[in-house]
Amino acid sequence: MIVDPDVVGLSRLQFALTALYHFLFVPLTLGLAFMLAIMESVYVMTRREVWKRMTQFWGVLFGINFAMGVATGVTMEFQFGTNWAYYSHYVGDIFGAPLAIEGMMAFFLEATLVGVFFFGWERVSPLKHMIATWFLALATSLSALWILIANAWMQNPVGAAFNPQTMRMEVTSFSDVIFNPVAQSKFVHTVSAGYTMGAMFVLSISAWYLLRGRNVDFAKRSMTVAASFGLAASLSVVVLGDESGYTVSENQKMKMAAIEAMWDTEPAPASFTLFGLPDVASHSTRAAVRIPWVMGLMGTRSIDEPILGIADLVDQAKVRIGDGIKAYDAMLVLRENHDDAQAKAILAMHDKDMGYALLLKRFIDDPRKATADDIQKAANSTIPNVPVLFWSFRLMVACGLWFIALFAYAFWRASKRRLDGRRFLTVALWSLPLPWVAAELGWIVAEYGRQPWAIEGVLPTALGASSLTASQVGLSLGGFVLFYTALAVVDGYLMVKFARKGPDGLGMWPQRPDAIPATAQTA
Amino acid sequence: MFDYEILRIIWWALIGVLLCGFAIMDGFDFGVAALLRVLGRDDHERSVLLETIEPTWEGNQVWFVLGGGAVFAAWPLLYAASFSGLYLAMFVLLVAFILRPVGFNFREKMHDARWRAVWDYALVVSGVIVMLVCGVAFGNLFLGLPFRYDGDLRMSWEGGFFGLFRPFALLSGLVSLSMLLAHGASWAAMKADHAIADRAVRIARIASALWLALFVIAGIWLAYGVPGYAVAGPVVTDGISNPLAKQVAIGGSWFAGYLTHPAFWAAPGVAFAGALGLQATIGRRGFGGFFFSCLCVAGTIVSAGLALFPFLMPSALDPASSLTVWDASSSRGTLLLMLGVTVVFMPIIILYTGWVYRVMRGRITLEHVRKSHGMY
Repeated sequence: MIVDPDVVGLSRLQFALTALYHFLFVPLTLGLAFMLAIMESVYVMTRREVWKRMTQFWGVLFGINFAMGVATGVTMEFQFGTNWAYYSHYVGDIFGAPLAIEGMMAFFLEATLVGVFFFGWERVSPLKHMIATWFLALATSLSALWILIANAWMQNPVGAAFNPQTMRMEVTSFSDVIFNPVAQSKFVHTVSAGYTMGAMFVLSISAWYLLRGRNVDFAKRSMTVAASFGLAASLSVVVLGDESGYTVSENQKMKMAAIEAMWDTEPAPASFTLFGLPDVASHSTRAAVRIPWVMGLMGTRSIDEPILGIADLVDQAKVRIGDGIKAYDAMLVLRENHDDAQAKAILAMHDKDMGYALLLKRFIDDPRKATADDIQKAANSTIPNVPVLFWSFRLMVACGLWFIALFAYAFWRASKRRLDGRRFLTVALWSLPLPWVAAELGWIVAEYGRQPWAIEGVLPTALGASSLTASQVGLSLGGFVLFYTALAVVDGYLMVKFARKGPDGLGMWPQRPDAIPATAQTA
Repeated sequence: MFDYEILRIIWWALIGVLLCGFAIMDGFDFGVAALLRVLGRDDHERSVLLETIEPTWEGNQVWFVLGGGAVFAAWPLLYAASFSGLYLAMFVLLVAFILRPVGFNFREKMHDARWRAVWDYALVVSGVIVMLVCGVAFGNLFLGLPFRYDGDLRMSWEGGFFGLFRPFALLSGLVSLSMLLAHGASWAAMKADHAIADRAVRIARIASALWLALFVIAGIWLAYGVPGYAVAGPVVTDGISNPLAKQVAIGGSWFAGYLTHPAFWAAPGVAFAGALGLQATIGRRGFGGFFFSCLCVAGTIVSAGLALFPFLMPSALDPASSLTVWDASSSRGTLLLMLGVTVVFMPIIILYTGWVYRVMRGRITLEHVRKSHGMY
């Protein structure tokens, strides 16, 4: 049975929009949590009131953002089941576990301690409160680890095999799933991106106070923390982003070729296309500016290994589709008679290619009846959207390099105790949106670049969808757009309102240092 | 020791534990939120009510998130079939869940009366929706749902959103609603300022009495008016997880298990004891009323789960497609790994959750709220 292409398209759109939306909040939570823990640690060590106020003020903004992150996260957990039911059935044996472990090991801790952070200031000792904040920060990053282990398995499905009796993938090795090399590089890259975002958030808003001459002491200290934390994070995000690129080149050659708009295999070491206009129709890149050798070095860590171009990869896909059909045929035999030795042998030989046969299901019902033309169409469908990936990647990297430059400069100024300079402060303020741009583009490169696969080489996205009607998904999509837009307006309004109020406007500088702050509710 | 059959039973029980955890821990949050405008007569009183749950509701809600994740990991067929089949109901539930974190947090950010009313009602509505939808969904399980599998184990569903609102399912929705309103009120009686607690005691008594009547009616209806399902032919308990490998007969009784295993009656017994205990102790406005309410909630859920056993999600359209404990689980390896993780982490979760409740102990007074309202 083929799922209605409209249902697939709408479900993809809904998942992409809700995931991109969720990812507006998550990285900021990751980054701010650590900055709160650092600020609070300085408070506990020095007992200087300004550091407590810093923790509490940035904590108010953290709280607004955290609420949005939690709210939109539930959507993600629901959607695998609601819109991707066949996906959930097909890979739930592997994919569900990291999500459940995330709940038990990380999210539970995070959600429980956030109450202590906000309501515990007068109920526990400063030291205990600080420890709770540290565990909160660690739990948010641990949460990211398990989510990325799940995501990495979609990019590089290791440690699992197809079972024809249950019609699904089943675990063969959990340690392979957990120690997936893609998961490690993705984890470090993603949490570093979050830390960078948190640092930029604090840096930019502090810059705004300094431009206005408000909360000067507070803002300078916040900026110093942001500059050092941000420099480390942005270096890590770029350097480990490169590591992430290297692991991609090993197991998702097509994604790599699409990012680089590498239509044909070049003699090693390949050149890096700095700029160009990829043309999908003619399979060529116009006006390309190339730097010799760089791509080969980055992608293979060698000077003699070639990086395969799109044309060669499509040819490889054709071969794999042919082998996949043999596996598919054997699978159908085994479903009727699970002791057929010959079918078992064929499936064992070709089961890694069965997913390629499933690519045909978009074009014909029974892959075994595919013509050469169908196979060509299916092989062509393995090419993701080259121009989008090419440009998303380049813009993301440009943002990353800018973050390093800006934080390095801020760090230098902070170490000289010269955090003034209107031009510097203005640039710092207007850089505020860039981490969000980079994070969303990164998601697009990783997930849009995975298409047409839900699970790379195993399950095409089109097959993973639920058997719904287009009007049901249209209704929920419309509902999400309205509801999420309304929430975005309220969230943006509150964020801007409280950032503008600042610690002075919130009455956080009491006459007596031990007085209870009049806090967030003084509107 | 941990063969496939045992692991499946353990995971069936663990899902029950998570469901009870969700209903007990998150249930009183829903109850308090739904009663916000009834128990809280003015803004200060409502702030008191909210502050009794604000420090801990977030952690409580993870019981639900974890329940979803655990069903995904341990019962992927159930997760896929229920979430996609109940598509629009799930969307409504989701909207209710999303309104909670933003409702709690955003409400406190401004003093404006209209602003606060908007978020108050958002919390009220989301509380009522979750309590009702969960109950209606559970009731539908006994009636069977309209789905079937093809040979690829792709599920198709032949029914709409409004088809779920059948009389028995609506009754279960009311059982759930009255049970959790009593639960929320018994929490408020224990935690909120005495002025509010008095009102909460009355509401807990009424809701609990209502629950008692509705639960009994639902039981009688289930016994005489709803045909039960049974696996026909030999039951393979450690076979492959493919629902199409069995046959199912309709027409028996959902109480068949209760007749063969008299010990099952302990579950409704605990529920009744909880309701009676609540009536007896709620007047003291202490921990007793809330404790008995917890028993009532757990007893109710376990009663229903035992009646369904071994079914997880029966199909009315094609009974053979019904999902049971024996054919809807993950592979043995996944169940074993997840059990290991649960055994290690569940005690740790309970420890730090207990610590946080201890830190947040004590009654929230009107005076306290007038003085400060945290940093939330």
